[in-house]
Amino acid sequence: MKVILTSQGDSLDAAMDARFGRAAKFLLWDSSTQAVTVVDNQQSLDAPQGAGIQAAMTVIKQGANAVITSHCGPKAFRVLQEAGVKVYLTKAAKCREALQLFQDGKLQEASNANVEGHWT
Amino acid sequence: MKVAVASGKGGTGKTTVSLALAAAAESPCLLLDCDVEEPNCHLFTSAEPWRTEGVDVLVPEFLGDGCDGCGACVRSCRFNVLAGFGRKVMVFAEMCHSCGGCVLACPHGALREIPYSIGRLEFRHAEGFELISGVMNVGYAMAPPLIRQLKKHLPASGLALLDCPPGTSCSMVTSVRDCDFVVLVTEPTPFGLHDLRLAVDTLAELNLPCGVIVNRAEAGATLIHDYCQEAELPILLEIPLSRQIAETCSAGGGLLDACPDLKEPLQALLAQTLPGLLAGRSVAS
Repeated sequence: MKVILTSQGDSLDAAMDARFGRAAKFLLWDSSTQAVTVVDNQQSLDAPQGAGIQAAMTVIKQGANAVITSHCGPKAFRVLQEAGVKVYLTKAAKCREALQLFQDGKLQEASNANVEGHWT
Repeated sequence: MKVAVASGKGGTGKTTVSLALAAAAESPCLLLDCDVEEPNCHLFTSAEPWRTEGVDVLVPEFLGDGCDGCGACVRSCRFNVLAGFGRKVMVFAEMCHSCGGCVLACPHGALREIPYSIGRLEFRHAEGFELISGVMNVGYAMAPPLIRQLKKHLPASGLALLDCPPGTSCSMVTSVRDCDFVVLVTEPTPFGLHDLRLAVDTLAELNLPCGVIVNRAEAGATLIHDYCQEAELPILLEIPLSRQIAETCSAGGGLLDACPDLKEPLQALLAQTLPGLLAGRSVAS
């Protein structure tokens, strides 16, 4: 399975980026190879509005099955849910820590967005 | 004559002044409440709406049939209203600016435009004037389309007053645009002055003439006067800081109920000062 983590840097040692839509980077982790690929989120960072929607489409294009992040808004959540991408929320500080919690089955799948939507 | 009442800073007394001008006007006038996010002129009249008109904008609807997942619609939207994956497109209508671009961009006819309610206009026969209020739906964030619809009811002649939203963003600009004169209501505080400057600069960009009403004026608080002198802006009126005015307005009364003496200067403002300033301006240009 493929999992996207929202990250402030380019490796699993980086700090998690709490935001989904405007995350600095996405880390794509592939469970079959254990490989980590950095996925750009610049398009969403530059978006005047709809960053979460854009970011969700980036995740879907990467073929990810799940997202691990801290905050996910309602529009992004709807797009991810519609595409069958699961969302896992964590307060872990580091990406490696978040991934470990996920692999240990300690993260619960979110059934709703956990932050409010906004306009810009 | 179309007179906009705007401010920059919120809570300076735009609605109080708009209603007082409407009440003082010598012939019946029309008052538009353009503060569609939180219209409040109607709170000061007992009249119920005699007519309500829904306001819609056009947004895309995904029809499904024909979509081959090319993504042309998604790429065409600079506002990220559409999310597409596979042969499915999701529409976040509340973010749409109604340009119709996505419908044109779709080569397969898989999208069409449908109406989307953003609010309503309420028409009231108030005491001595007609009131039309724009009321935006809760949860919707784009005021300009509703304000434009409201302004379609402006009369070709006669006096119209527009109670504008605070600030200097799109909703204020949409409200004051095409008016003949803008009355800026402010208060003698640093915040009042700061936002007055922003409003004056905005109106300069729009090439609209303006003057200032100082509300809650106090002897010795001269910062607005100093600025107006420097910026060569006319001070149209001063409304004193008065507990009695505050109490009257809090109980649903008007400025003229608390200060009948202000009726004459407000009448003079509408009948002489503003026409005079406008005539002077057209001579100057």
